[in-house]
Amino acid sequence: MSPVPRYQIPDPSVLLTDDLILQHITPGSRVIDLGCGDGRLLQRLQDELQCKVQGVEVEHANLFAAIARGLPVIEADLNEGLVDVPDHSFDFAVLSQTLQQVQKPKLLLIEMLRVATRALVVVPNFGHWRVRWEVLRRGRTPVTKTLPYEWHETPNLHFMSMKDFRELMDSIGLRIVKESPIIRGRAVDHLVAANLRADSAFYLLERDPKTQTPH
Amino acid sequence: MSAELLEETQTSDDGSVGIVETRSIRLFSADHPLRLASGSEMSSVTVAYETYGTLNADASNAIYICHALTGDAHAAGRHANADRKSGWWDGFIGPGKGIDTNRYFVICANVLGGCQGTTGPGSINPETGLRYCLSFPFLTVRDIVAVHSELVRALGIKTLLAVVGGSLGGMQVLEWAVSFPDQLRAAVVLASAPKLAAQGIAFNAVGRRAIYADPGFCNGDYYESEGPRYGLALARMVAHITYLSEDSIELKFGRRLQDATEFAFSMQKETEFQIESYLHYQGKRFVQRFDANSYLYLTRAMDYFDLSDGFASLAESLSRAQARFLVASYDTDWLFPTSQSRDLVTALLQAGRHVSFLELLCPFGHDSFLIDLDPLAQLVGPFLQRTMDANT
Repeated sequence: MSPVPRYQIPDPSVLLTDDLILQHITPGSRVIDLGCGDGRLLQRLQDELQCKVQGVEVEHANLFAAIARGLPVIEADLNEGLVDVPDHSFDFAVLSQTLQQVQKPKLLLIEMLRVATRALVVVPNFGHWRVRWEVLRRGRTPVTKTLPYEWHETPNLHFMSMKDFRELMDSIGLRIVKESPIIRGRAVDHLVAANLRADSAFYLLERDPKTQTPH
Repeated sequence: MSAELLEETQTSDDGSVGIVETRSIRLFSADHPLRLASGSEMSSVTVAYETYGTLNADASNAIYICHALTGDAHAAGRHANADRKSGWWDGFIGPGKGIDTNRYFVICANVLGGCQGTTGPGSINPETGLRYCLSFPFLTVRDIVAVHSELVRALGIKTLLAVVGGSLGGMQVLEWAVSFPDQLRAAVVLASAPKLAAQGIAFNAVGRRAIYADPGFCNGDYYESEGPRYGLALARMVAHITYLSEDSIELKFGRRLQDATEFAFSMQKETEFQIESYLHYQGKRFVQRFDANSYLYLTRAMDYFDLSDGFASLAESLSRAQARFLVASYDTDWLFPTSQSRDLVTALLQAGRHVSFLELLCPFGHDSFLIDLDPLAQLVGPFLQRTMDANT
């Protein structure tokens, strides 16, 4: 029996997320997309922004599809970091809607800024008031529409809020260059009580120049 | 020169290139000798090669296949209708196959130092009128590739669409991409590595030792006698094990006995298990088709191979390459494990090259690239097509 969706975190449409990422990438730059799927975003980066792209993916069907598009893509498990990717080899590292699914998000964020100067991350905000309400009122783990998994089979391993995310950035010496809360499928520059109201959030990150190496 | 190549190879609808023939060409001359990495020169090299498909008008659809240690020029089709077996990569090369001969012009040649039509230690030295034997010049993968490269020029092809190879063939692909970067647009490297690891050298050493220790070896001058057939067979038996995997060998043979249901309890019976019988058979068959001296030379070439030789790093050597790379390893390959392909991928990323990589899942060990051809076709076919598209 499929679980009945209780609270649904409106997953910003894939297109919106892609557009948002595209807006923040300098044309002609070197971009690595982590968990690139079939290479949809990489294709746009290559065609629209003439970027030099590289994909990282774990699913074979996706790897085959990306290669069939003529895109460079390598197999790697993001849970193991980015061991095959050399330091400073990219301008941007992109991670869209995946951070909550990796075993060690902190390690991966540090890895992203080891291989790239800047990182673009889109993460769901589990601090949303409806999530809190579901947990409080019904005492149940929320089930989303786009990831309709019960707690025991969800790929989402970590449930972080925007506040949690900011705190982590601070503690590992990564600087948030830009934060855009995403509400009802729209990214905004400012949102009052964002941690309560945003469905997800977009972050542009870089190494804090004051910190030599993130830790 | 390319005109004679435009004659079509007979094709049929059953996915085979049909009846093919091995051709022969003489390359190099006294004025334009082959300069080997060891410093010696060869003024004449005969190369045995086959081609399939049709070269297009602007010669932009040529794909070169590099064979592995004991392969030959006969990669696809049959030499005669009565042939029991077709070419060694027949499942992968042909009309509508992974390397589609309806679209591409495919070339495969026996390597320098080999024994299936290309000049090697068993050939007659034109300067002495005698077989080279161990006076044949020392060989490297670079020398092998220099001959491939010359063949391509002689066929009137300026740039290859791709060079494809597995194992020692993959090493040739890598060497080609670095030594003659303008000559290929794509490099497909399967079950291979940028250098032979100590484990690989170790197995080669055992094989060579078996040949040297055979009384029939006669310091390589054995062509008038039986030759080191036991040594060569033993070398093949050991090597063959390294091409399999624990799973495949267990699945195929297990502990099953050959022609018996009970142990013989006798030292007189040498072959009891099926796996023993299989290895003996492999060894015996190999002796019929392969020359021990070629085995010595080619395994040494493999031992010496290190793509980073002469460069500060592997990445620096690969930064010379222009081709787009497709690298694939196999999860059960312990002779050329995935870690070695990953080292290659890291260096390619460091060098800023276009690279795709994946580890294919297949139980057949190192030999998977010769056996599991469907995933390979799904991978390599579109990769070649996109490379072709990028041209026009």
